[in-house]
Amino acid sequence: MRLSDQLRVAGVGIRARRLRAALSALGIAIGTAAIVAVLGLSASSQAGLLAQIDQLGTNLLTAGTGKSVTGGTAPLPIAAPQRISHLPGVEQVAHAGAIDGANVYRSPLIPPINTNSLKVEAASLNLPEVVGTGVAQGRWLNAATERRPVTVLGALAAQRLGIDRVYPGQRIWLKNQWFYVAGILEPATLSTDIDTSALIGYPAAEHYLSYAAVDKGEAVAGPPTTVYVRARTDEVNSVQGVLAQTANPESPSDVDVSQPSDALTARAAAEGAFNSLFLGLGVVALIVGAVGVANIMIISVLERRSEIGLRRALGATRGQIRTQFLSEAVMLALLGGVAGVAAGALTTAVYADTKGWAVVIPAQAWAGGIGAAIVIGAIAGLLPALRAARLAPTEALRTL
Amino acid sequence: MSERNVLELDRVTKTYGSQPPVHALRGVSFTVRSGELVSIVGPSGSGKSTLLHILGTLDRPSEGTVRIDGEDVAALTDRRLAALRARSIGFVFQQFFLSEHTTVLENVADGLLYGGAGRTERRERAAEALVRVGLGDRADFRPGKLSGGQRQRVAIARAVVGRPAIVLADEPTGNLDSRTGAAIIELLHELNAGGATIIMITHDGGLAAQTPRRLQVLDGRIVADSAARSMEGV
Repeated sequence: MRLSDQLRVAGVGIRARRLRAALSALGIAIGTAAIVAVLGLSASSQAGLLAQIDQLGTNLLTAGTGKSVTGGTAPLPIAAPQRISHLPGVEQVAHAGAIDGANVYRSPLIPPINTNSLKVEAASLNLPEVVGTGVAQGRWLNAATERRPVTVLGALAAQRLGIDRVYPGQRIWLKNQWFYVAGILEPATLSTDIDTSALIGYPAAEHYLSYAAVDKGEAVAGPPTTVYVRARTDEVNSVQGVLAQTANPESPSDVDVSQPSDALTARAAAEGAFNSLFLGLGVVALIVGAVGVANIMIISVLERRSEIGLRRALGATRGQIRTQFLSEAVMLALLGGVAGVAAGALTTAVYADTKGWAVVIPAQAWAGGIGAAIVIGAIAGLLPALRAARLAPTEALRTL
Repeated sequence: MSERNVLELDRVTKTYGSQPPVHALRGVSFTVRSGELVSIVGPSGSGKSTLLHILGTLDRPSEGTVRIDGEDVAALTDRRLAALRARSIGFVFQQFFLSEHTTVLENVADGLLYGGAGRTERRERAAEALVRVGLGDRADFRPGKLSGGQRQRVAIARAVVGRPAIVLADEPTGNLDSRTGAAIIELLHELNAGGATIIMITHDGGLAAQTPRRLQVLDGRIVADSAARSMEGV
């Protein structure tokens, strides 16, 4: 008997009982849909995150003030940014200095304890460009305003201070003096430190907040606490290798070097791991669906005894009867699997679209979903098919 | 050709169970030649159904030999037996056993499904068989749209579509009124005249009287065979 005949006979068996077939395939469909949607959504959200990382660039490195062996902080030398900018492979260098003890308030009337966890940082003028953020409102510091009591707020800092737009004359109370708000930055995904800071120019920090260090016998603004480095993409690793020595040749081990995109990549991976719970739920749904298919097939075998008897009389072997019922079960499960994959893919597409992610449905999700459905159909159909094949023809033909 | 034995039974017995054993058949021997139209008649409980199952190779005898189309059934595996049924035996049942989910033509073509013919050939031969039973114009109907007599004609077409050595008809008129039943018997006669070997099992002596040869079954034995020459060895 040809495969096409087997499939046609099984198809007739399913078409004969459409509602029943649809309901028993539904369980499989729900399980497959859950699995495909979970895998698809997590892949799409990862793709979204990775696209964001790509856009921000993976070539940003930071060198920051670390902890010395004795437990105190080890400030970076004033000359660190300049030395780093001489390294081969380095494209851009920006730096910021967190000013200890400087807090920022909406007005002098706010109790000093309500710091909102905001800090004040002196920033080099190219900082937004290097960390890959932009100005949401107003304007960034320039050569003039970096010398004046003018500040630009990080995205979160603006939110916490209750400032959602910038207008002339707007001020904040920064370490016991008024600073004018020139602008608000967009969120800086690669260096979230900046989001919670009020940024001022180095000359202003030196002049108004006495943020200064001694270099070659002269007082200069500084020191920087974080140096942001854009390296050529193919030299990121070599730059990272020498960054600590270059920043602080006297004690390289006191410098914290990191690649901020690593953290985001790790987050993307972590989001995938979180989904195992939902995958488990999908598998449970699949098992329930399998039980449903097995149940329906057993009932089907009982109901169709005379058909089995007739087919045996027409010359069907036990094997052909077995194959018929097994292929019915597989076909049922396959229908459910295909419907489930379609539903899961649709869910993923709709959700990813609203989030603006690329739609990614991993091959292992849809191929695995359909494959799992086939395997489950075969397992669920095995016992009923064996029962059908074992049925003696005389027994099957006995009128009830 | 007409002298070939298509069916030979030699001292066939069938016993069911053991405590106490039920002797359904107690030594049945007869032969059927190609082209015969035979009725096996007997009251219910006489062993007719068991005999039908053994003739149709759906069941094996406890003792004795059964030869169909020259092949000893006892020596065959389940698979070879199925092939023998597909090739050499056509069944007609009292309950028709037609599938409501396909057309009349497909039902008839299913008679060839396990014989190895391709789909196109099966459908062509099924269409011919439907013409032979007078339902050439009903090929695309669902069996449910047909009358009882027409349904039994479809079942007969399915039994003869493969031109088997033997057609076994089990109470073919049992579910039909007498007029329709008579038409079915007439059809069986026509098919027999066309060369088919037909064995009809019935409890109705009136129907049996219309066939050229009658075997009377009672308590698991053949008590009368209208063809005297076949009586040897009983």
